[in-house]
Amino acid sequence: MAEERRPKQCTVTVPTESMKAMAESVGVGQLQEESCAALSEEVSYRIKEIAQDALKFMHHGKRRKLTTSDIDNALKLKNVEPLYGFQTQEFIPFRFASGGGRELHFYEEKEVDLSDIINTPLPRVPLDVSLKAHWLSIEGVQPSIPENPPPAPKEQQKVESTEPLKVVKPGQEEEGMIHGKGMTAADGKGKDKGLIRLKPRSTHELSVEQQLYYKEITEACVGSCEAKRAEALQSIATDPGLYQMLPRFSTFISEGVRVNVVQNNLALLIYLMRMVKALMDNPTLYLEKYLHELIPAVVTCIVSKQLCLRPDVDNHWALRDFAARLMAQSCKTFSTTTNNIQSRITKTFTKSWLDDKTQWTTRYGCIAGLAELGPDVIKTLILPRLTVEGARIKSVMEGPVVSNIDKIGADHVQSLLLKHCASVIAKIRPQPDSVEQYRTDYGYLGPMLCSHVMKARTQAALQAQQVNRTTLTITQPRPTLTVSQSGPRTPSIIKVPSSLTLMSPRPGTPSQPSPPATKYIVMTTSAGSSSNQQVITLNSSQSPSPVTSTVPSAMSTLQPLVKLEPGGGSGLTGTRPMQKYIVVSLPSSASSSLEAKSSVLPTSISSNPLEAVMKLDRSESPGASTQSPH
Amino acid sequence: MAAVQGGQVDAVEEKDIKTEPSNDGGGNNNANDGRLLSTSPGSSSSTGSIKSAAGPPEDQQTLLAVLQFLRKNKLTESVEILRREAGLPEDSLELKGGDSSGSGSGAAAGSVELAGGDASSLLSRVTSSASTVAPAPTKAAGEDQPDVNVVLSAYSQQGDPPLYQVYYSGLKKFIESVLDCHRAELSQVFYPLFVHMYLELVYNNHESEAKAFFEKFSGDQECYYEDDLRILSSLSKREHMRGNETLLDFRTSKFVLRISRDSYQLLKRHLQERQNNQIWNIIQEHLYIDIFDGMPRSKSQIDAMSGSLAGEGKREANKAKVYYGLLKEPEIDMGSKSKKQDPNAPAQTRIPLPELKDSDKLDKIMYMKEATKRIRLGPEILPSICFYTFLNAYQGLTAVDFTDDSSLIAGGFADSTVRVWSVTPKKLRKVKSAADLNLIDKESDDVLERIMDEKTASELKILYGHSGPVYGISFSPDRNYLLSSSEDGTVRLWSLQTFTCLVGYKGHNYPVWDTQFSPHGYYFISGGHDRVARLWATDHYQPLRIFSGHLADVTCTRFHPNSNYVATGSSDRTIRVWDVLTGNCVRIFTGHKGPIHSLAFSPNGKFLASGATDSRVLLWDIGHGLMIGELKGHTDTVYSLRFSRDGEILASGSMDNTVRLWNATKAFDDLETDDFTAATGHVHLHDNSQELLLGAYTSKSTPVIHLHFTRRNLLLAAGGYNP
Repeated sequence: MAEERRPKQCTVTVPTESMKAMAESVGVGQLQEESCAALSEEVSYRIKEIAQDALKFMHHGKRRKLTTSDIDNALKLKNVEPLYGFQTQEFIPFRFASGGGRELHFYEEKEVDLSDIINTPLPRVPLDVSLKAHWLSIEGVQPSIPENPPPAPKEQQKVESTEPLKVVKPGQEEEGMIHGKGMTAADGKGKDKGLIRLKPRSTHELSVEQQLYYKEITEACVGSCEAKRAEALQSIATDPGLYQMLPRFSTFISEGVRVNVVQNNLALLIYLMRMVKALMDNPTLYLEKYLHELIPAVVTCIVSKQLCLRPDVDNHWALRDFAARLMAQSCKTFSTTTNNIQSRITKTFTKSWLDDKTQWTTRYGCIAGLAELGPDVIKTLILPRLTVEGARIKSVMEGPVVSNIDKIGADHVQSLLLKHCASVIAKIRPQPDSVEQYRTDYGYLGPMLCSHVMKARTQAALQAQQVNRTTLTITQPRPTLTVSQSGPRTPSIIKVPSSLTLMSPRPGTPSQPSPPATKYIVMTTSAGSSSNQQVITLNSSQSPSPVTSTVPSAMSTLQPLVKLEPGGGSGLTGTRPMQKYIVVSLPSSASSSLEAKSSVLPTSISSNPLEAVMKLDRSESPGASTQSPH
Repeated sequence: MAAVQGGQVDAVEEKDIKTEPSNDGGGNNNANDGRLLSTSPGSSSSTGSIKSAAGPPEDQQTLLAVLQFLRKNKLTESVEILRREAGLPEDSLELKGGDSSGSGSGAAAGSVELAGGDASSLLSRVTSSASTVAPAPTKAAGEDQPDVNVVLSAYSQQGDPPLYQVYYSGLKKFIESVLDCHRAELSQVFYPLFVHMYLELVYNNHESEAKAFFEKFSGDQECYYEDDLRILSSLSKREHMRGNETLLDFRTSKFVLRISRDSYQLLKRHLQERQNNQIWNIIQEHLYIDIFDGMPRSKSQIDAMSGSLAGEGKREANKAKVYYGLLKEPEIDMGSKSKKQDPNAPAQTRIPLPELKDSDKLDKIMYMKEATKRIRLGPEILPSICFYTFLNAYQGLTAVDFTDDSSLIAGGFADSTVRVWSVTPKKLRKVKSAADLNLIDKESDDVLERIMDEKTASELKILYGHSGPVYGISFSPDRNYLLSSSEDGTVRLWSLQTFTCLVGYKGHNYPVWDTQFSPHGYYFISGGHDRVARLWATDHYQPLRIFSGHLADVTCTRFHPNSNYVATGSSDRTIRVWDVLTGNCVRIFTGHKGPIHSLAFSPNGKFLASGATDSRVLLWDIGHGLMIGELKGHTDTVYSLRFSRDGEILASGSMDNTVRLWNATKAFDDLETDDFTAATGHVHLHDNSQELLLGAYTSKSTPVIHLHFTRRNLLLAAGGYNP
């Protein structure tokens, strides 16, 4: 309502310079300052008048957006010829130009070749208007069908679960009331509504359709048909109307895990974890209320002593990894100061890890669970224990053969530690990396760690060199590094297929025990050897500069697509054609599909075809697009 | 009907000119401007002439100017009448006496010589009482566009510009220091004073003073005047005032305030003591203070009623008797016989209504059959809502209507098309061509089936003809016609037998925002940007009535269920109810804080609901002329309102994508109708929106722009999906 916004008076007027520019454009030179001022006031007034009329057309057009046709109509009202043909593909069609101390925005009118227009194939005919009916409400209750919005928006679910005592907002309250009415239509709602506002009782009554849906979905999720399962998981992850079924799903998962852990049914546990994943991915659901059931189930899958019938053969490690990642994700989403999920989970993991009697499997789960919580946790909790853990591994690996299972377990723990710790150490430990130093610091694992750390450093450096480009052009007016890039270049545009979708390695399946593996492909337009030039930059980037400090962050944040346009020949060669870099990050499996001069960074593991598909976001790095030649 | 398009200028047209005081034909623009301006004073005279309050010498001068103008335009009849009315000596303008070509009675508002039939004879009877109407056009002429200075001349009196701020803040200090009970009432004076003082400064070219004045005091004004203040702030030059209708309206129509006698005395005494002539003059000349005896009103009472462009409605304006009862149903063999005539109902023949055809009678029987199966709604039994979503409309859906029996749905689009869908399995068919019609057997029983061309059967028919977005659409009650109003200034009548355009009603010239058929057919009402609503009959190409009085666009128009009245909502934030018979405005409802976009009469004809861009729904008692309820809950413009068939439930649809159901029975039962309230019009509204709200249903991303209850009380909603 209007009460909140105080009038913000618009005393904005068109600047007098614009008047001058406009006058010049129609051939009137030397307009006097006073005339300009008078004109600008008049013009501003008229523009405001037209805008007000245009608003009328918008209201009657039942729209929220003002369109150019509204302005045309408003002009028509004033008996002014509307602007014909003012249609543009771009959001803001103006170009900027400066020179002679003046700045100007102008509308670029390109010459249009008629034959081009004639020869281009006609665009697809837009779909015709059609009419579709659905039930918005049946006797006062809104049915949960795809045509209707989800019964309780996520925000409300969140408010309900985090602040149950907060008075429900009027709009939402009715929804609750109406859902309540479905059951208790008999007791009049008007009468018992006293001063005390009771939290509406939420009912979990499912319609027949919902019951059928629930049955189908749960069967498909744990059934044998993989295609059906994928479909069911997709439905769980996207369907907006699952709110009411959530308690059932939650119970289903927790009971399922309970039973199948006892039976050591690895496959079913994996399926159930994937269901948890799908539920968490659903943007309309807020799981807070059901964490008490879900978290024990997930933690079970991380740390349970035995998850499968043949621990020596089956890859239960992957399930642990996957569950650990789920745990980390829910910590990130749901941990608050009141429920303290993260600290409680961390405590649990640490406690059982520190226990000497803990099995290797559980040990692995604890470490994985902790490691997924982020570099800080690794730094404070895992790194100090590396020596102890190394000794323990050593005793199994090099000592007398106790059992094959222990050996495998120790082996897995070792690689897990190496994988997670290396990147963290690379960040916190100064160079150079000496094997001896590592051995004294970390014991048995030291030498292996050292080689891993060095590998991680090279990787980071390679990435840094790419990030360099962006940062350099922004932060330094004169990028010294571009000196090395000179050479004959022909401008060309590399096109990345717009519908490029890539498998993301992150939300992997149990079979994939790996951290986010990112691969960068650098494509340049240069005809010369790009690798050569990258080496140069690499070398220069090793000098301590602000650029290198940005490396780690660039590594951890997945930058999907970076477009680089280094300013051509700043200071050196006057007019060198622009070159474009397109950096695409993608997992190794898809790398073969792009042919370009690519420098492939080492990644650890290939992605799995079952996992969710992440659409590549084609955002441009802000630095690259805003830079201007100096 | 073919002649309609021709636009021949004959005697009829000539008489019509009097209401539109400038020549037709050539200077079309000029004519429009003239009419635009004429509207506001026209209304004021019909609502109780304000003008008489103006000082006599000035009046005399104005009259002379008017006479001169009329003479220039060769409107001798009007000159004659005016002269007689004003009692001016015949030689005052050296007028020759009577070369009058008839008794001046023809000059009544928009009355046209009708070709014949009941309607014409009856309506022309009204015109004989021309005395009340005649001054309207003449005054209008006086304030015509060419001489804007006449309008603004009152501003020429000079005060000392820098002192304006002193005056204003002096008054402010005074009002802040008076007793609490008077403060709210006297605060009403601020806004009109502020505007007039500002305009005065601008008019006298004290630009910087005006700016300073505005900046200093604009923040004090009530927030619901925000839109007007924005317009005002953009205006800083005398030249801008020319052609700014809003301001001219502000000037020409007096801002109406209701103040209790005590408070008024207080103010008067203060101003006289201080010798504050500047402010006193403004109050005297530009404000109409409606003084009442009794307790001063509270802030909330005032806020409920204020907000319109020209203050509140005067109490006298809402005093006229309104026959809001329903007409007796025509007797059909099966309906209940001889119902008693409602004492509040108008005489059956007050407005000549078309005879019922056989098909209409059949339809009535169908209606009654359906009515027996109707669900009785109530707070416990809510209607089911079926939502019709227009897909792929690309934000272009501008208007929707259902037929009464819910068999057809029509949509108006921004691309100038009108599309008609059949929502029953029965497809839409055209009548065969003339040649084919000759071949059919006219004696056969199923001749009505035979005339239809099976080959053309389809679910959707598109009607092409408009040249601008279609903003209003309405089916005729017998489902044979469809009306559409458009940005191109025309209202078109389409046949749903042949799916062709039959008539284009021209007259508005500016965008026509809304149109609606009378519930009895034959008549229809349209309203548009030219600030007038017009009443038409389908077989006349000229309007039968022109309802002028709104100070801004007429945004929506609705017929009363008994067809004797029409309600119009406007951008000036008022709702007016007009008598179709006399053309007078019988009710002015103020209280909305934004342009009104939806109106609905209750089925019993007693109440009116209105929705506006301020996202509120207000309820009005037509008989008493009172606001009786305020429904808050929506968060955006309310574009559609509809009562259930028995009137228990009010459904509202809004731009915020929700349909809300309100307990109308409770809202109307609770109202206090003691004599005092009725007499003074002071309402006490308790905020009970939450109790009245029965349900809110959100669509995914579809603004609700039309609602309709089927005969069995199923609610249909419609809107265009807006991804």
